[in-house]
Formats: sequence, C-alpha cells, structure tokens
Amino acid sequence: MADHRFEPPTAELPEGVVLGEESQLPLLRTEELMLSMGPQHPSTHGVLKVILELEGERIVRATPVLGFLHRGVEKLAEDGTYMQFIPHTDRLDYVCAMYNNFAYVRAVEKLYDLKVPERCEYLRTIVAEIQRIIGHLFWLGTQALDIGAMTVFFYTFREREILLDWFDQLCGARLTTSWYRIGGVESDIRPSLLKELYEFLDYFPPKIEEYNTLLETNRIWIARTKHIAVISAEDAISFGLSGPTLRGSGVDYDLRKAEPYGAYDKVEWNVPLGKNGDTYDRYWIRIEELKESCKIIRQCLDQLPEGPIKADSPKVVAPSKERVFNNLESMIAQFKLYSEGMRPPKGEIYCGTEAHKGELGFYIVSDGSGKPFRLKIRAPSFIHMGAFDFMAKGYMIADIVTIFGTYDIVMGECDR
Amino acid sequence: MGLTQIQGISESKSGDPGFIITTLENAVNWARKSSLWPMTFGLACCAIEMIAAVSSRYDMDRYGAGVFRGSPRQSDLMIVAGTVCRRMAPVIRKVYDQMPEPKYVIAMGSCATSGNIYDTYAVVQGVDHFVPVDIYVPGCPPTPEALFDGVLKLQQKIMERRVFEKKV
Amino acid sequence: MSEINPIVEKIQQRFSEYFVSWSDYRGDLSVQVKKDGFHALCQYLHDDPEMDFDYIVHVSSVDYLGQKERFEVVYEFYSIRKRRRIRVKARVAEEDCSIDSVTDLWKGADFMEREVFDMMGIRFLHHPNLTRILLPDEYNEGYPLRKDFPMRGRGWRDTFEFMQKPSNQ
Repeated sequence: MADHRFEPPTAELPEGVVLGEESQLPLLRTEELMLSMGPQHPSTHGVLKVILELEGERIVRATPVLGFLHRGVEKLAEDGTYMQFIPHTDRLDYVCAMYNNFAYVRAVEKLYDLKVPERCEYLRTIVAEIQRIIGHLFWLGTQALDIGAMTVFFYTFREREILLDWFDQLCGARLTTSWYRIGGVESDIRPSLLKELYEFLDYFPPKIEEYNTLLETNRIWIARTKHIAVISAEDAISFGLSGPTLRGSGVDYDLRKAEPYGAYDKVEWNVPLGKNGDTYDRYWIRIEELKESCKIIRQCLDQLPEGPIKADSPKVVAPSKERVFNNLESMIAQFKLYSEGMRPPKGEIYCGTEAHKGELGFYIVSDGSGKPFRLKIRAPSFIHMGAFDFMAKGYMIADIVTIFGTYDIVMGECDR
Repeated sequence: MGLTQIQGISESKSGDPGFIITTLENAVNWARKSSLWPMTFGLACCAIEMIAAVSSRYDMDRYGAGVFRGSPRQSDLMIVAGTVCRRMAPVIRKVYDQMPEPKYVIAMGSCATSGNIYDTYAVVQGVDHFVPVDIYVPGCPPTPEALFDGVLKLQQKIMERRVFEKKV
Repeated sequence: MSEINPIVEKIQQRFSEYFVSWSDYRGDLSVQVKKDGFHALCQYLHDDPEMDFDYIVHVSSVDYLGQKERFEVVYEFYSIRKRRRIRVKARVAEEDCSIDSVTDLWKGADFMEREVFDMMGIRFLHHPNLTRILLPDEYNEGYPLRKDFPMRGRGWRDTFEFMQKPSNQ
C-alpha cells in the first residue's frame, strides 16, 4: 500500500497577505453578534442554516441547524420492499447517485451472503469510479465558485456533462440513475460505450492539469484555503469523519483498501494522504483522487472479463424476460419477487462503502419478511456536520463558505 | 411575439428600419419575459439540474434568465427546485413575500409539484399549498431541457398577461 | 459460533454481570449488554490499548414494539489501527427510556445521539445538548421512527399557520 504523501507547492505569498490562524480571543467579550445564515443563501450547499456568534468578524461559535430537507426516508424504507428502496438511495447524496446504490445493494447482498459474478464486480467498480469523478468535479466547481474562481466552475461542468451523457446512454438517466440491482446490475455496457470511455480517459488528464494551472499555485486560492478549518487526526477520528476529510489529516483509512470490495483489490492504485488537515490538503487529495480514479477505470477496462451481469439466484434476482415468457417456474418466481419482495434471512448487518464523501453505511435489521424491519443510513455528511462547530471556531466569517465546501456536504444525505 | 415591424415609407431609403408598432402592454411584457431574474432556491436534487442548466452547455442566459440573484428583493422568478419539507415551508413563504411584483413561481420537479414519492410526515405534498405556482415542470429530476421548456412556457404566459388593469 | 472470539472472551470476563449475548452473523461481531454496564463497557473499549476502538461509526436504535424491553440502542465502533469492528447493543424499556451518553468518549456521538432522541425518543443522560435535530424543536407529534407512529404523521405537514392570507390567489 504505497503512501502518496503531500508535497506543498513552493509559492510565495505577497506582502500583507495573512493566512488564517488560530484567533487570540480577548478574555473579556464586549459585544457579540448573532447572525443567522441560511437556509436560503447563495453559498450554502443545500438548505442549511448556521447560527453564527461573531466577535467582530471572528466566529466564536457556529451552530448548524439541520432538518430542512428531512424527508423521512428511513421511515419510508419500512414500508416498501428492498428493491423499492433503490431509487430512494439515489436521492440521498444526489450528486453521486450510483455510489449510494452501490452501498445499498452491497449491504443487502451481505445480508443474503450473495456473491455477484466477476464481470459485474468490474462493471460496478468502473461505474462507481466514474461517479466519483463526477462527484469530485461537482465539488471542485462549487467550491471554486464559492471562493470566487468562477472559471473553474464552467470548466468542471463541461467535463461533467460528457460523463452525464455517458450515464444517459447507459441507464437512461443523468442524475438519479438506479442502475445497480441486488445481485447484479441492470444492463450491460455496450462496446461503443467502452470505446467512448477509453476516449474520455485520454481526454481527461490534461483537463485536470488545466484546473491545477488555475488553482494549485494561485496565491488567492492558497490564501483562502491554507490553514483554514484545520483538524488534527485524533479529533477527526473521534468525530467519526471519513473520506477525504479524514485523510486530509493524515489518517490512512480508505474502505476500498481496508475492506476491499468490487474490483479494487485487483487493480493498482494509491490512497492520497494529506499532512496538515486543512482545506488545501483536502482539495489536493480530491484532485489526486481524480487521477487515481482514471487509473482504476483504465485497469478495470483492460481486465474486464466476459460473463453474466447478475447472480444466478432466483430468490433474489429476477429471471430474464425470455425465461419468464417461456418457463412457468420463472414466471412464478418473477411474480413473487415483484409482488411480495425478496425475503432475506433474519438477522442484522452493517455494511460500509467508501462513497466519495466518506463512509456511507447501511445498517439493516431484517425480520425475514419482504420489508426491512429497520434500515439506518450512516450518512457521512450528517456526521461531518457534527464537527462543523469545532472546525469553524476562530476563523473569519468569510471562511464559512470555504468550510462548507471543504466538508463537501450534501443535505439530502445529511437530513435524509 | 406581438411586435409588428413596418418597412420604411419609400423603398429608396435603404438601411432605414422604419417604425415598430405595438401596444405598450406588449412592449412591457416583452421586456419582462426577456429578463427574468431567478432567485437561487435550490433545495434538493433538482438544484443540481438547475445548476447544470445555467452552466455552459445548456446556457440559460440565452433566454435572459441566467442572472441568478442571491436576494429575493432583486429577483422576479422563484424556481422551487426540490422537496418542500414542512420545516422549510415558512422560509419559502417568507422569501416569496419579499419578492417585488410582478413575480412568478416555477415548481420544478415532482417533489415541488406534488410531493413525489415522499408521502411522509415531514413533506408538504406540493409547494402550491402555500405559494401560487405559475408553471409546473414534472420530472425527477427534469432535465435542463425540460426546465427550459418550463421557462419558455412561462414567457408565453407572461406575454398573455394584462399589465394595465382597470382597478374597480 | 463454533469458538468464542477473543474480544468477546475478554468482555465476558470483565463484565460478566452485564453480559447478555453475542453473535458473529455474516462476520459482524455484535455484543449485547445490559444498559447499566453500557458506559463502562464503552469506556473499556475506547481506553484499553488492546481494544483501541477509537472510531465511532454510527449510533442507531430499533423499535421492537410488543416486547418488554421495547427499544434497542445500537452502537458500532471501529479500530483504525487494528482494523476491526464491534457492535454493542443495549435494550431499553419504554417506561425508563434512557441510557448513558458516550459523548465524553467519542465526540462524534453528539449529533448521532441527538438524532436517535429525535427519531425514537430515547434520552441520553449527561448529553451536552439533547434537543431535536432533524425536526423542529416545537414538533410535538411524537417520535417518527416508532412503529406506532403513522407514516403521514398526525397533521403537522398540512397545517400552515404562517399563512396570513389564503393561498392560491
């Protein structure tokens, strides 16, 4: 497992530019301003309200107020079958729908102790990494837009549109895809799509260099992201942070390496790690993850085996249409599967997946019936909000938008 | 569009655009529909497609509606994009009340139209329960092209409005 | 469950009066204890260098309506250095619906326990700020994730008291 340690760029700051530092709060607080920011605000990533207690421009306390997008998804899960929950997972972290599907179907397959065919594992990994690229591009665009670098926003969305078109051809939807199924995937990738993907992998790395040219050694970017929202490794672990937010502080924990799934253990790739735990490190990690995702996709495409795309398990996976129309048993199996739902064995499991924001986990309690007895979603955005107050203390009010962005919070996942 | 152009009186005058004859109402409506300034009100997944509609591929600015204002006082179009949760409802109403007349509302997506698949304790089944909606754009999420269809239909609707009404 | 897991063995030895059961279903190690010994067990799992469970994964709750101890509080921990997981569960009755909070051990438990309180109504003793988090503070219809709570709520979603004038002009 190679470390990909962070090497800071050697850019000189001009005179008078001050990096964000721990504030020296005066002992006697004379006047405090309470500012309520949101839930409708141009810079929030979704509907989030923050109550800021300010000492001049310094933040004394930042209390997030959540729940403006609370839709009761966990309650809905208890009312439908396991397969009916897959579209709900799309809308959790709506920027990265495929990865939420992946996390959920993995959890249900763990409950069944079901193994999917090899081609399916490779296809799932390829699509999941494409989704990771899309998610990181979205993050980069909106973070840069919030900080003020509008050009990067237009550039990243240009690449994102190419990949969304690819998804459109694959499964019919750009955003809320629901392509994964319990026991496999919905449809196979046509050879023309694979060819387009190879072309994209040749086209994309120069674009990453383009973003780097604009941001990596840009003195305004460095001044706005270096030493902002610093969190140490012990605090990050204690808060339960995950994903790039945790790896920015140097903690080497990536579920794709720690508990491998899909085809991640069959390809060579690195986990980028930060050093200082600040916003600049997390930005750098996500850029490196874009490059690593390209590497993973290329190797998976080269190694892609032939074979079925769904597991051969009639109680879980619906039989193909030809068999349903010609074979009585298959017809009955399909009828029972879609009307009553699949019936997993009684038990409870937890399954965590490295989504692009962090560890997305599903804790499922099954009572043997067709509907989940309890389905709990371990959403990384919600847990990162727990550390928001801790991370925002002492910084300036202008850094709040940077802090929102560095966490990469999506309210659909946070509030469920 | 309602604007009629009459060529110059004699044909020998080349380059002369002549007169444009229309009613004042048409002119006002034309100005209003061509400069819709939306407010950033993305709530959930539909906000992502709204942002995609503004970015360079599906440029919404060509319809005049690309200048997203942060403040409701400066905008005249509220695109409610996403699930309307009951906790968010007073905020939506307050922001709607702050917008100056004439103001328009597009309910983008199935959640804002009718609550979509979320028939739960915390979701209002449609934003039209407390805000008057002009155009409903269905989809989950609607593609940026569908949003443009909604904006164009709104522009049509604006052209049909009476501007100078006799107040009885 | 052919042989006892070494972690479970140590827990059984130290907390024999609180230990209820354990299981290893699908590779997930899970230990159930009585709620009185819950905080002590969590402290042991966090502080002991051989256990070293420094990462809190999630806090959850399950409602077994009809059973005597109706609610089950579920905590999942992970050890970053030793790369292993454990699930700790404790049953809580409806009448005395409370359990000790572990915010003094893992900072991330703050928001997670507030969510369990909001959705299921279980109180966490010694929590720094036990208030509702996903629903508004003045929400008084009950606790949504309980099995006897109707899916559509009890009317809150359709009352719009902030409307001074009628809608749909």
